[in-house]
Amino acid sequence: MEMAYFIETIIKIVVILLIFSALAGIGTYFERKVLAFMQRRLGPVNVGPFGLLQVAADGIKLFTKEDIVPTNVVGRIFKIAPVITAATAFMAAAAIPFLPSFTLFGYEVHPIVADINIGILYILGIMGVGLYGPLLGGMASANKFSLLSAARGAAVFISYEVVTGLSILAPIMMVGSLSLIDFNQYQSGGITSWIVWSQPVAFILFWIAAFAETGRTPFHLIANDHEIIDGFGTEYSGMRWGLFFIGEYANMFFISFVISILFLGGYGDGSFLGALGLLGKVAFFFFFFLWTRAAWPDVRPDQLMWLCWKVLMPIAVINIVITGIVMM
Amino acid sequence: MHNEHIEEHFGNRNVVEMNSDYYMVAIDDYPKDGWEKFKRVVKRAFRGELFVGLWVVMREMIRFDIHTVQYPIEKIPIGPRYRAVHEMKRLWESDTERCIGCGLCEKICISNCIRIDTKIDENSRKEVSEYSINLGRCIFCGYCAEVCPELAITHGGEYENASDQREHFLTFQDMLTPFDTMKAGAQREFEGFGAITPHEDERVKKTPLAY
Repeated sequence: MEMAYFIETIIKIVVILLIFSALAGIGTYFERKVLAFMQRRLGPVNVGPFGLLQVAADGIKLFTKEDIVPTNVVGRIFKIAPVITAATAFMAAAAIPFLPSFTLFGYEVHPIVADINIGILYILGIMGVGLYGPLLGGMASANKFSLLSAARGAAVFISYEVVTGLSILAPIMMVGSLSLIDFNQYQSGGITSWIVWSQPVAFILFWIAAFAETGRTPFHLIANDHEIIDGFGTEYSGMRWGLFFIGEYANMFFISFVISILFLGGYGDGSFLGALGLLGKVAFFFFFFLWTRAAWPDVRPDQLMWLCWKVLMPIAVINIVITGIVMM
Repeated sequence: MHNEHIEEHFGNRNVVEMNSDYYMVAIDDYPKDGWEKFKRVVKRAFRGELFVGLWVVMREMIRFDIHTVQYPIEKIPIGPRYRAVHEMKRLWESDTERCIGCGLCEKICISNCIRIDTKIDENSRKEVSEYSINLGRCIFCGYCAEVCPELAITHGGEYENASDQREHFLTFQDMLTPFDTMKAGAQREFEGFGAITPHEDERVKKTPLAY
């Protein structure tokens, strides 16, 4: 029994790692295509049918590129930083139920690595640890732009942890549990039971904070290409840079799962349709990340801080107070 | 395919006149105190400009009006006066080369990329014996074509002149209009400064002597 559980967990971890590493690659393809179509371009077309093999070409390029460690960098920290980003992104996935449980060859599979009773806390905590990737990478790079990016990264991550935490507090008070499975069960009664209807403010706040946590476009300050080159990624090359990239895209997918499960009913009653619904919601949130990148400009760092501390955090606190009063 | 690209349409660009295409953008005054700042924030937050942006890019995606020109497969038409690789023209009447070997193009060339050598041929006429243009040096200024008294050297539309070396030489024979083209009456005239009258080629009579 113990052994079977052990093997099952290992298999789940490997499957999640493989699927989401591949999805990160395919995500770049979709990002390039969607952005191109929105800007009346074609995107990748030459490698393979519809440019689909561009992902493979990029992968081969990243894997075979020379691994450059520049002079004056703090070697060990410089080398470990991309691993932190990618690892924390995948570690956060351990508490996410990707699909409802299903039966495979007479064996019931729960597509969640560990259904811990503090799932949300764990996910937020691990995503918070993800800060160390950009921070250490930027500080160890011996590059002014990387250092700026590290400073911005620390500011943005810590500030928006507050918004994420406070905005999620009101739904947690309603559900009375920190497990994502419990959240899903709470909303399993169809569309009307979704938390987004009772907590729309928390939903919007969490969504906004998700953009900051993943460093996507309206808040794309940490690796802002047009002012600080690639930020913490400037001095990286080859697969070390690729790990940062995989971490970012895996994070986008995982946070899409988290939003869908927390606010939009997750996989509902656990039927096949519910599972498809969850994947559809995740696809929408991922598409929205690309959509905003095509449409919106970036905000300045000071505006981002202003938005966090003077607008979003007070609203989140007021939301918690009102929720508490209503629940009493 | 994209013929509309080369036709530029200029409307009335005079700013001061009435009914012009230009107009002044209304810019609000800067907020003076905290209350006005707050009002501006609320106005900007709820006016829905972010959603206008989202709608615009989504509309373009659905409309799918792709403007990419896939270059090696598709090419944008170039203007008739485009100054690319040089051509040597022949006379419409007799199909002999127009160049009289005066050497003005060599003299005026500001990047010194034209080299011309002439000799007296057996009929005691001046003949171009050597002529070359170094395309690696040529800046395609068009002075040679402008100074040519016989409209002999002109610019053509061939712009794909990449070479494996910096120096890339064109000789007289490379640039000269081939006989077959000339016999088919397909020599294209450059429409730049000093060009011959349009449809002149249809009015000239060929010399009666056959080759």
